[in-house]
Amino acid sequence: MAAITTTPASHHDEPDPTVSYLKSTKGLMSWLITLDHKRIGVMYLIAVTLSFALGGIFALLVRAELFTKGKTLMDADTYNRMFSLHGVVMVFLFIIPSIPAAMGNIILPIQLGTKDVAFPKLNLLSLYIYAFGACFGVYSMINGGVDTGWTFYTPYSSSDPAHGGVGSPSAVIPMTLAAFIMGFSSILTGVNFIATIHKMRAPGMSWRRITLFTWSLYATSIIQVLATPVLAITLMLLTMERFLGLGIFDPRLGGDPVLFQHFFWFYSHPAVYIMIVPAMGVVSELISTFSRREVVGYMAIAMSSLGLALLGFLVWGHHLFVAGMSEYATMVFSALTFLVAIPSGVKVFNWVATLYKGSISLQTPMLWALSFLFLFTIGGLTGLFLGMLAVDVHLHDTYFVVAHFHYVMVGGTVMGFVGGLHYWWPKFTGKLYDESWARVGWFFVFIGFNVTFLAQFVLGSRGMPRRYYDYLPQFEQLHQVSTIGSWILGFGFLVLGIMFIRSLLGGKPSPRNPWGSAALEWMTPTPPPLYNFLPGKEPMLTRGQYDYHLATEDELYDGYDDPMFPGREHDSRNKAKPSEGEAH
Amino acid sequence: MILATEPQASSWQLPPAMSDTAGPVDSTYNFIFWFSVVFLVVITASMLYFVAKYKRRKGVKSEPTGHFNRLEIFWTVTPTIFIGFLFHAGYSSYIRNATAAEGATEIRVRAKKWSWEFEYPSGDRAPGELTLELGRPYKMIMSSDDVLHSFFIPEFRLKRDAVPGQYSFIQFTPTVAGDAHVFCAEFCGTSHSGMLATVKVLPHKEYEEWAKTLGKCVGTPEECKPEKYGETLFVKNACSTCHGTGGNGMLGGSKSPGPKLAGIFNTMQPMATGPGVMADENYIRESILRPNAKIVAGYSTVQMPAFVMKDDQLDAIIAYLKSLK
Repeated sequence: MAAITTTPASHHDEPDPTVSYLKSTKGLMSWLITLDHKRIGVMYLIAVTLSFALGGIFALLVRAELFTKGKTLMDADTYNRMFSLHGVVMVFLFIIPSIPAAMGNIILPIQLGTKDVAFPKLNLLSLYIYAFGACFGVYSMINGGVDTGWTFYTPYSSSDPAHGGVGSPSAVIPMTLAAFIMGFSSILTGVNFIATIHKMRAPGMSWRRITLFTWSLYATSIIQVLATPVLAITLMLLTMERFLGLGIFDPRLGGDPVLFQHFFWFYSHPAVYIMIVPAMGVVSELISTFSRREVVGYMAIAMSSLGLALLGFLVWGHHLFVAGMSEYATMVFSALTFLVAIPSGVKVFNWVATLYKGSISLQTPMLWALSFLFLFTIGGLTGLFLGMLAVDVHLHDTYFVVAHFHYVMVGGTVMGFVGGLHYWWPKFTGKLYDESWARVGWFFVFIGFNVTFLAQFVLGSRGMPRRYYDYLPQFEQLHQVSTIGSWILGFGFLVLGIMFIRSLLGGKPSPRNPWGSAALEWMTPTPPPLYNFLPGKEPMLTRGQYDYHLATEDELYDGYDDPMFPGREHDSRNKAKPSEGEAH
Repeated sequence: MILATEPQASSWQLPPAMSDTAGPVDSTYNFIFWFSVVFLVVITASMLYFVAKYKRRKGVKSEPTGHFNRLEIFWTVTPTIFIGFLFHAGYSSYIRNATAAEGATEIRVRAKKWSWEFEYPSGDRAPGELTLELGRPYKMIMSSDDVLHSFFIPEFRLKRDAVPGQYSFIQFTPTVAGDAHVFCAEFCGTSHSGMLATVKVLPHKEYEEWAKTLGKCVGTPEECKPEKYGETLFVKNACSTCHGTGGNGMLGGSKSPGPKLAGIFNTMQPMATGPGVMADENYIRESILRPNAKIVAGYSTVQMPAFVMKDDQLDAIIAYLKSLK
């Protein structure tokens, strides 16, 4: 009695776990209410890419205005809004969710050998909270945007001239609410990843075998969970002061403006590591795959990610060296800041050492990884300038600082992001991209970036303050160099954008493991099926994910023409259509 | 102390050094610069060398990674020693510059949107121009009337925020005669980039000459006619950062934060609240000394800081505004 029979009709609605996640269910709704971490990740990826384009347009406008002394394109108020929106969009809409929420979401569960994150519904909720927060940001932009910089320093941001204050007349409240709301999205992603890494690892996936990308996301998630609430409280206090006149930061209301800076940087300095640590994880993957070798000092790199996460909480004061701290406080913060150099240095040394006796292929993802190494080293070393108290007093709030953090955030995080995008593009989409155009794009981005920001180092050390609409004549030449660099940089990204769109529309199908990587995400079909691994082929690890010497030829065979070796002989299977994949 | 009369650039990266505080910063800067160059070259060269040497070749496999505990310890400990030195170099120079010389002359600095005002020990106030005597130790006592500002003189390698509701300090001894600029280094709104003041370091004799003229008009009788003197004061007080050049009410092609002043004299001005007001001498005087007593319609969201002036200076500015068409 009551035997349940499956009718063909109801079976038809069931997702098919044997085909690619892109095809397992159909229709817009199947995306909007999906609980599949890969689809959520893809939607995040689209959102952060659009945000990056928007933030990039703001940046190009800022650089264009600075091309000549005085007015070039826009008036001072518009310029102030442009650089503020560039910062807000790049930080809150792009860079914080870029690698963790977009790429991490897709790759992390596969690298752990599991079918999804621990809380798939929470994962979808975090995407919608991000979108909801973004709506507030767009609302603020439609109403004139903000002119406070992304740092929202009080009392400029919190003292509303409409109520007799001395501060900014712009749409500050919707923008702080946007950042406030998006913070929850960040916290939820962090909680989800921590639970997933602790509880969802495949059999045989010991802590020693999770990838360095996973370690970096683990460290990042800890920061997201611990630091973001502080930002939420700070922005809420700012909003209450601006809206209700509650005196917290504004001295006219009995508050302390420097208190805001302490609160703000208590989040925002750790947030710098939310931005850079995941990129370091990506670079570890790239260097390993394209050197065919486990990264030297696996544990040292993993622990240095956690070390950065911990130290990140102790150094916020270095943003306040000239703001009015006691000499003793500056001493402590300067000393702690220097400690950050140790885990960062350990990573760089280990990455370089990995190349030694490797089998190095210079395919595009590796070009981005090597660019990361070079540019991040510059970003890190110029951080030493700023950690040295006497030098920081001169360089603080000049273009030197602007150049320094762009070398870390663009030269570091964006290089890692774009490198990872190339590397996992076949995994996400099932398509290959055009290697020659990818190299052209890389070349222009690399050159353009250096032209733009090397000029800014010199501008800054010569005394050009940041956030200036107009400047003295002696700075004009270097500003022009920097602006021309920004055009080269913008052109490079345009090339990459077109290249990826062309790949989506007509790219060749990717083989299972185009790079010949030994990591778990390449052991399953490309793109992966709904539950990441084919039914009955759920992984059980018998070797580490970087053990190239233990991986079989079947696991590693590559099907992608290496442009460094045209005409190289290939295994006949390489030319076959995407393989069925084999999990071990 | 070595005093010089010609500013000289100490390197292509840094502006000329003009005070006792610049030397320690420059030596620290140059040290870390060359340290970084060496480090970057070593890292990049090893990277490129390995990439070339171990390029993927057919039939050549990578060597499995082993454990290199000694190496790990080496490159953890060595940088720790380096950064100890770097920290010490930065901190000792910083402390040296944070200490005021005995008997420093105190100058009261007031930052406001968007101008700098300097008050000398005599009680005289000079807007937009900081005049210093070569070789004399100074201490700036700074405050802000509204939002955060930051007092930055690149030639002195010094910077300190001016924070509303508290005082902050900076000390130095100018060692080279010449001109420099005070920049505002903390974003403070529309005319942030216009918030500049000039710094003049004068040798003893010239300084004495200048001190006699402090608070008075300097120049030929022609330049000291009320409307000419008024124009000078208008520029030095940075009135144009809010009211536009010549009080034309325009900044960068848009309406300026403060109302237009050119051609308003003896006309009725509409007020934000209440009836219109005749723009006469008393109205202008009151608007400079107590700017928020009467606010022009359409400008209620912008507040002008109060200015302190002598009667002959007020007369001059009124004469200048009368002359504007």
